Amino acid sequence: MNVYEGVMQTLIDELGRLPGIGPKSAQRIAFYLLKVDALDAKRLAHAIEEAKDRVTWCRRCFNISEGELCAFCLDERRDDHVVCVVEEPRDIVAVERTGEFRGRYHVLQGAISPIEGVGPEQLRVKELLARIPEEEISEVILATNPNIEGEATAMYLARLLKPAGLKVTRIASGLPVGGDLEYADEVTLGRALEGRREVS
Amino acid sequence: MPGLYRDEGVVLRTIKLGEADRIVTVLTQGHGKVRAVAKGVRKTSSRFGGRLEPMSRIALQCYRGRELDIVTQAETLEANRVLREEYGLLTHAIPMLEAVDQVAQEHEPNPALYRMLTGALRALGELRNPVVTSAFFWKLLSLEGIHPMLDGCARCGHEEGDDDAELIAFDLDEGGTLCRGCARGGGWSLSFPALDLLRRMLGGGLNGVFAQPTGPETHEVEQLGIRAVEHHVERRLRSTALL
Repeated sequence: MNVYEGVMQTLIDELGRLPGIGPKSAQRIAFYLLKVDALDAKRLAHAIEEAKDRVTWCRRCFNISEGELCAFCLDERRDDHVVCVVEEPRDIVAVERTGEFRGRYHVLQGAISPIEGVGPEQLRVKELLARIPEEEISEVILATNPNIEGEATAMYLARLLKPAGLKVTRIASGLPVGGDLEYADEVTLGRALEGRREVS
Repeated sequence: MPGLYRDEGVVLRTIKLGEADRIVTVLTQGHGKVRAVAKGVRKTSSRFGGRLEPMSRIALQCYRGRELDIVTQAETLEANRVLREEYGLLTHAIPMLEAVDQVAQEHEPNPALYRMLTGALRALGELRNPVVTSAFFWKLLSLEGIHPMLDGCARCGHEEGDDDAELIAFDLDEGGTLCRGCARGGGWSLSFPALDLLRRMLGGGLNGVFAQPTGPETHEVEQLGIRAVEHHVERRLRSTALL
């Protein structure tokens, strides 16, 4: 039942369509927006509008971008021959925070999900395959999530890429730094043991 | 303790919920299909993140909720790692989970279904034979009370051996094979090797079926099995698109 009238109800309805925002939260945010300075509210509205108008997909790696190419593709100091394949643009941020990777990226914009009926043709796989000869890529790092969907995607890509004579690597699975061994699940611990390395 | 229960089960599917949670659907041995929230399971620091992935057989403890239960503990009994780490096996394991998710009823124990699923996942991992999935589909239908008629025409009742009773098609509505005369009215064509394979699958000859090399009839039986399950659950099995 709609309690409010006119624009207030419209605002609550629109906020309620956002992911993770229920009717109660929508109402709370709407009242917050009414209370804040008009300039602050306009700045938020303007930011949404600008983002929708200007943000698009990078033509090369399908990260979000304000121009034809994203900042990572434009950066000439990066290694052109190594590509890190991730599921979503958010994952690039996670990899960048490590400061360990200086190559290029490729965003698949999803993962193979048999149960959701998402197949490779719905992902940016064709575009990745096209980049390999074009950019003389020699190594592809598969950095999809370590869950069923991510593993399925990594396995599928490895099968496609290996015959091309590339070095195809998968990010390691293991224990989080600062965690306790006794709480580790068997699959993670098993993989950590498999991927152990000699201490120098 | 009131509200708490323990059981063992196989994780059928997971759905993302909020920032870091998941809703996991588990086919349990004693409580039927259960849907429960696993809190914080997507964080790397989660205690049971890797345990609640589809195909894992787990011992779990849940707190009963109004609509969804809450997972409070989970331990791996069988990780079925080989199924997760080989694309061909993964794409054959997931349709079995999807079919069970469609067939199983919430909070209605079905020990036979549970035994069949755990057995099929184990067999797929050990034998690495995709025929396990089609055999599972047909056995699942049989368990559901839809054992197909394979020795005669399901429409006119002609038995094999009667004149003009060569069985050449399968009709999903009739739930069995059709003779040449009745097949003119529709049905999916069925070759003799496929019919023979189906008979052995459902007639106690499963080990022999797994031992034989795969051929065109294997694919035929698999496709027909998918259609038969979809006909029964009245919806498409989305994961079969990757088979």
